[in-house]
Amino acid sequence: MALLEIRNVVRRFGDFTAVDGVSMSIEQGEFFTLLGPSGCGKTTLLRMIAGFDSPQSGEMRLDGQDLISIPPEKRPIHTVFQSYALFPHMTVAENIAFPLKMRKVPKEEIRQRVSDSLEDVRLADRGGRYPNELSGGQRQRVALARALVNRPRLLLLDEPLAALDMKLREQMRLELINLQKEIGVTFIYVTHDQTEALTLSHRIAVMNGGRVEQLDEPSKIYDSPKNRFVAAFIGTCNLVEAQVVAADGEKMILEIKGLGEVAARNPGASVGETGTLALRPEKIRLGAHLVPELDENHFRGKVRDFLYMGDVTVYIVEVGEGEHIEALLPNSAAGRPRIFAAGDPVDIAWRYDAGSFLNG
Amino acid sequence: MSRKLLVVSGAAVYLFLYLPLLIVVAYSFNDSKLNAEWVGFTWHWYKLLLDDDSMLKAAGNSLMIALTASFASTVLGTMAGYALYRYRLKLLPVLIMAPLAIPEILVGVSLLIFFVAINLTLGLGTIMLSHIAFCVGFVAIVVRSRLSGMDESLFEAARDLGATPWQAFRLVTLPLIAPGIVAGALLAFTLSIDDFVITFFTAGVGASTLPLQIYSMIKIAVTPEVNAISTLLMLLTLFLIVVASRVSPGSVRGR
Repeated sequence: MALLEIRNVVRRFGDFTAVDGVSMSIEQGEFFTLLGPSGCGKTTLLRMIAGFDSPQSGEMRLDGQDLISIPPEKRPIHTVFQSYALFPHMTVAENIAFPLKMRKVPKEEIRQRVSDSLEDVRLADRGGRYPNELSGGQRQRVALARALVNRPRLLLLDEPLAALDMKLREQMRLELINLQKEIGVTFIYVTHDQTEALTLSHRIAVMNGGRVEQLDEPSKIYDSPKNRFVAAFIGTCNLVEAQVVAADGEKMILEIKGLGEVAARNPGASVGETGTLALRPEKIRLGAHLVPELDENHFRGKVRDFLYMGDVTVYIVEVGEGEHIEALLPNSAAGRPRIFAAGDPVDIAWRYDAGSFLNG
Repeated sequence: MSRKLLVVSGAAVYLFLYLPLLIVVAYSFNDSKLNAEWVGFTWHWYKLLLDDDSMLKAAGNSLMIALTASFASTVLGTMAGYALYRYRLKLLPVLIMAPLAIPEILVGVSLLIFFVAINLTLGLGTIMLSHIAFCVGFVAIVVRSRLSGMDESLFEAARDLGATPWQAFRLVTLPLIAPGIVAGALLAFTLSIDDFVITFFTAGVGASTLPLQIYSMIKIAVTPEVNAISTLLMLLTLFLIVVASRVSPGSVRGR
């Protein structure tokens, strides 16, 4: 049985439907992420799981027990808020002791567990400080410690890294992964940052307009997006209008206006169907002269523009009659390919199974 | 040049505000029945004050009314301020704040008519009710401004971590808005203890407060005894305003 079972949950605010019939089941020990742009319903869904809001229809069950009728303070679920929501009038130790006091844990045990918890987050010497005397990263760790000290069944994290600067964010990502592995508590993580979602999660639910667009493992989401929205939202992606002219087993042939015929992986489409070819820039080979390999699509084009990013350079290559394809080359030191300039003629090539056809 | 002008005009404003008050203070120590020239230092008028039964009674009434009114209006005003913050209603804030802007004389007259209409005998009770009524709005504003500066997720965090709504209010919201509540209470106290206009209309016969007593005395002449009691009243008010501004900077607003 899944730890958390959500079925057909709907939440409307007046005319606006924030969560529109969402279903998902989250397993014990999972690091599960709700990913989507702002206003996609992910925060509303999280608030309903925490108990600050309730759905108009649908079911939510934790360990098979109905969750909707239980007030937030009775749910074995704790939240790490985006603002951390540390109580400013309590010390760090008092903040961490708060959930234990609410559960009427004996005083002696509270003291022991708070000091263990401070140890765990490397803040043993900061127990007597007030939250405003801590750095952003330290506050973040206190918020985590406070939410975990009661050993909840489920931990909800609402964009917990959004307020940190980039270096610290990367470091905290690793800490979160390790922490979750160590304590085995199920995490539901809300973010609009696709990199965060891809690095942290066991599974991701990509949300848009109150619905789940795709629910899958990170590599599946990235490599086989189900539709145009997911392809465009996760990473960068070339999206080209295409029509199926032949489909046979593994392979299909697409007709792209202004470019010609292109081979792609067949998701089970039928001849005549129109849709989009999604192609990740890093799966495209690029060079002055490329020898075509088996099963590759091969085009000659011209560099229109390029973006130097430090580790890689992104090239916008014009092929056929005005079609623009983004491709990238690493700026590696060994055998470093020369950086092409605008106007340089180049070859691009990609294996047929690098591109996926989306009929939506 | 312009800086000098600023200092001079600033000093002039403060002089204009405080010189009359300082004169009252000075004359309260003047060994003369007339507020005309400085004769010599004396405690005489303060001693006279201590023997003046009607003055002491009025002072006692004022204190009692101010304490009761500030306590009651703080409780009601805190609840009102919390409701205004929590429910984001459109019309209610205006209705709470409008009485603060309505001329006091109108409030006084309407309260008088109201009390007569419902057959309430005028006296200390009606003064108290009136003071509670006009203080509630001030407390509500101060408390609400304190609340709106509070991170909303703090209350939710308390609930999330196992607190019932009441525990969350008592352990998190209340300690955080306490400075606002204290400032509101002090403000209500100072407004009540020196209120004249509304008190004048709602006092009836017999009941007297300090401002009313002073007024009835200066109808005859401004005696140095009035100067003495005014000085004491001023000191008390000044002390409370200073405390209020210390407890909650920015929340003290004059009328």
